[in-house]
Amino acid sequence: MAKVIVVTSGKGGVGKTTSTAALGAALAQRNEKTVVVDFDVGLRNLDLVMGAERRVVYDLVNVIQGDAKLPQALIRDKRLDTLFLLPASQTRDKDSLTPEGVEKVMAELKKHFDWIICDSPAGIERGATLAMRHADIAVIVTNPEVSSVRDSDRIIGLLDAKTERAERGERVEKHLLLTRYDQARAERGDMLKVDDVLEILSIPLVGIVPESTDVLKASNLGAPVTLADSKSAPALAYLDAARRIAGETVPMTIPGEKRGFLGKLFGRRAA
Amino acid sequence: MSIFRFFSKQTSAPTARERLQVLLAHERASVGHSDLVAKLREEILAVIAKHVQVDGDKVTVKMDRGENVSTLEVDIEIPLNAVRAA
Repeated sequence: MAKVIVVTSGKGGVGKTTSTAALGAALAQRNEKTVVVDFDVGLRNLDLVMGAERRVVYDLVNVIQGDAKLPQALIRDKRLDTLFLLPASQTRDKDSLTPEGVEKVMAELKKHFDWIICDSPAGIERGATLAMRHADIAVIVTNPEVSSVRDSDRIIGLLDAKTERAERGERVEKHLLLTRYDQARAERGDMLKVDDVLEILSIPLVGIVPESTDVLKASNLGAPVTLADSKSAPALAYLDAARRIAGETVPMTIPGEKRGFLGKLFGRRAA
Repeated sequence: MSIFRFFSKQTSAPTARERLQVLLAHERASVGHSDLVAKLREEILAVIAKHVQVDGDKVTVKMDRGENVSTLEVDIEIPLNAVRAA
């Protein structure tokens, strides 16, 4: 049975696209057929982060408008044959996404895939509400920073009101993915701690992705973080998060926490 | 960073946390229907405008959303000759 995941945040620049690509690759590595769908019409970037920008022929809007069949628009990943990309249109405007069109595409994707991961645009307008519309699971990407936490709270409200599940009286399974976390700064009291964010947003935690240069490196290369270097700290965080989304129980850690001698001496409990 | 800061241990994260808690308490309460304080502000101004001709620049509205109590302060300069004919 296909599961639809929306990766969302409200605020821009917190790591939705990075997380979509990384989680998509991680789920596909489990040998489960996965498609990542870019809903950011007009500002697509998932193709670039996935390293498929030169292979885009048709896009989501083409499929919705009947210019192309779904299999023509799907791009198979060169590294993982269980991973596919459905790009967004770069030239059309947001209004070319229609609720009926999206519903049709989602229904067809559900027949062929185990996981459908929708990369939401920032904001709370049409693209974002359509990306979350059919979700069974929501991954709310949040930075430990006030404006990101506030926008996540708003998005959580929308997930409880504007999704198909909410309208049927069911709940969307919500998961917090904390990204760009800096353990040292949090310990110094200069960054919101994991527990602070969890207490404020009160949704379960699915992963803590540390701030890392490996994320930029991966996007430079056009590879999902989990494929660029599967031993890097953010990759380990995303791999664990994907296992949790798939229903496994994995103890929560902050990967790649490097402590010097002094850090070990004065070490504190993990958050 | 000064040495005083080191001793006083003033950190910014607790402030961020408190600000968020107060803000979100208000925003959550106002989802779906409009914010009560904002509504009061609009209606109070409408009532005043009915009786007095007020210059927009002479109206100062201050709102402070607190954890338990919010305050709304409307300060209007009313010139002697501004009273509208009934």
